[in-house]
Amino acid sequence: MKIQDDVLAGLIELNSRVLDVGCGDGNLLLYLKKNKRIDGRGLEINQKNVQECLAKGLAVVEGDAEKDLINYPNRSFDTAILNQAIQQFYEPRKVLNELLRIAEKAIITIPNFGYWKVRLNLLLTGTMPITKTLPYSWYNTPNLHMSSIKDFYNLCNLDNIKVIKSISISSNKIGDITSNNLEIKNLVSELGVFVVSK
Amino acid sequence: MNLDYSKINKLTINEPIKLDCGVTLDKFDIAYETFGELDESKSNAILIFHALSGDQFVTGTNKVTGRSGWWNFVVGPNLPIDTEKYFIICANVIGGCMGSSGPKEINPKTNKPYGLDFPVITIKDMVSAQVHLLDFLGIKKTLCVLGGSMGGMQALQFCSLYPDRTFSAVPIACAASHSAQNIAFNELARQAIMADPNWDSGNYFLSGKIPRNGLAVARMAGHISYLSEQGLQNKFGRKLQEGEGLNFSFDADFQVESYLKYQGYAFVDRFDANSYLYITRAMDYFDLYKINEGDLSKAFINTKVKFCIISFSTDWLYPTEESKKIVIALNSIGAQVSFVNIITNNGHDSFLVEEPEFFQTLKGFLDSTYEDFKNENSR
Repeated sequence: MKIQDDVLAGLIELNSRVLDVGCGDGNLLLYLKKNKRIDGRGLEINQKNVQECLAKGLAVVEGDAEKDLINYPNRSFDTAILNQAIQQFYEPRKVLNELLRIAEKAIITIPNFGYWKVRLNLLLTGTMPITKTLPYSWYNTPNLHMSSIKDFYNLCNLDNIKVIKSISISSNKIGDITSNNLEIKNLVSELGVFVVSK
Repeated sequence: MNLDYSKINKLTINEPIKLDCGVTLDKFDIAYETFGELDESKSNAILIFHALSGDQFVTGTNKVTGRSGWWNFVVGPNLPIDTEKYFIICANVIGGCMGSSGPKEINPKTNKPYGLDFPVITIKDMVSAQVHLLDFLGIKKTLCVLGGSMGGMQALQFCSLYPDRTFSAVPIACAASHSAQNIAFNELARQAIMADPNWDSGNYFLSGKIPRNGLAVARMAGHISYLSEQGLQNKFGRKLQEGEGLNFSFDADFQVESYLKYQGYAFVDRFDANSYLYITRAMDYFDLYKINEGDLSKAFINTKVKFCIISFSTDWLYPTEESKKIVIALNSIGAQVSFVNIITNNGHDSFLVEEPEFFQTLKGFLDSTYEDFKNENSR
């Protein structure tokens, strides 16, 4: 998703140290390496993906964020990225707080369960919603902990996590999320991008 | 087996080398082979370190035994370590028995084989010796140093001692120190050799009767530790050697027995028993934790080397956890480290058999690293 990469790249400082947790095939890391000259690292659970990352010249460790983040020292990165992966963890809250220990700030993107198409899908069909950003059936989805943009906001409040910036993405349109437009953004955004710190 | 040692390439280093044990060798030999061509910018040199029972004949034909090189399915044209692309160097470790200075070679002071008069060597000594070879070949910085098992230990040691002399490293199926279990297995091997009356305190070259049985048992013990329980079970189970029933004797009834015997005695023909003592000792002494006050990351502080650590899921000799410790240490100092744990049934020996996921990992890492290194050198 090009627009999303651009949004994320816009949130990353030049030459900064970046950890991409759940970096997949490494395309985002590679994009940031080329465009932001980052010193990037990846953590990825799927071996095929790790192999693709290595072939791209990226430094990526095969591992499970829920078990392995503990091994990363405090503040060893400027930015940690968790790109549409937080909903796949058993303990997303713990992972979020770990990222904010390891990095000065974290960029979290979430597929928004509050998006109107998702709500309508459930309302009309009475079955678990299947959309572009949530393409799975309930029985084979890797997503364990779905949340809406509002849910994520609330968690940040609960854990005293500062939301430095939040951006909504929907059909290639981007906009800022603020406390004033939270309800409407929670309805019209496919994806939420949060820059958070502690 | 007819062994022909006459065709070994040897480099004599006429410079003293001070060994960890305190002894200085006034000069020493390194037997080595190279494969492929060094490119103009000298960006494509890969130094491969061999394991305990390996040698410099990593691919092609072993000039001594006439057999295939030990990694000929990994190193060669269009293979993961492509000899049409890379310049491969592999040297026999000192203490070894394929031409480098070791207990089998002639002691210039006595004009007889060293035997146990050869000083005890360490992984660090092996690595220091090979750096002289790189100097001789005019290679300031290799693209990669890599190896499995003891070869991986040498790669780690190399990066710790000479961080500016390689762009990357791939330590495979190894650990940063030998565990009690590792030492125990090696001690079993050494005791088997020394219990053979032919061993004669290491002086078997006098009688000409080599400690075949002792060395074969040593190799058999090693071989068991190289395979996984499941791998061994899948390959042999309780299958009998021949016929239907048991022989009610102590001959090899089971296939696994004859396999072990074959492995053991085939080894005796090509390997020196004293060398086995020296090399296993070097492995036991290896401990990058201890010399860094327990903090492995200190071994690599400020390193610019790109690491790719590879482990195998059923390797119980150097378990995945040991590789992870290396990854954690490197991560903690912000080193460029990648890690892959290959799921396989082949145990420690996985790096010595066809293992497609391993090959793909290695090839992907080397090829992309080569591009980066060329870019760095052209800047």
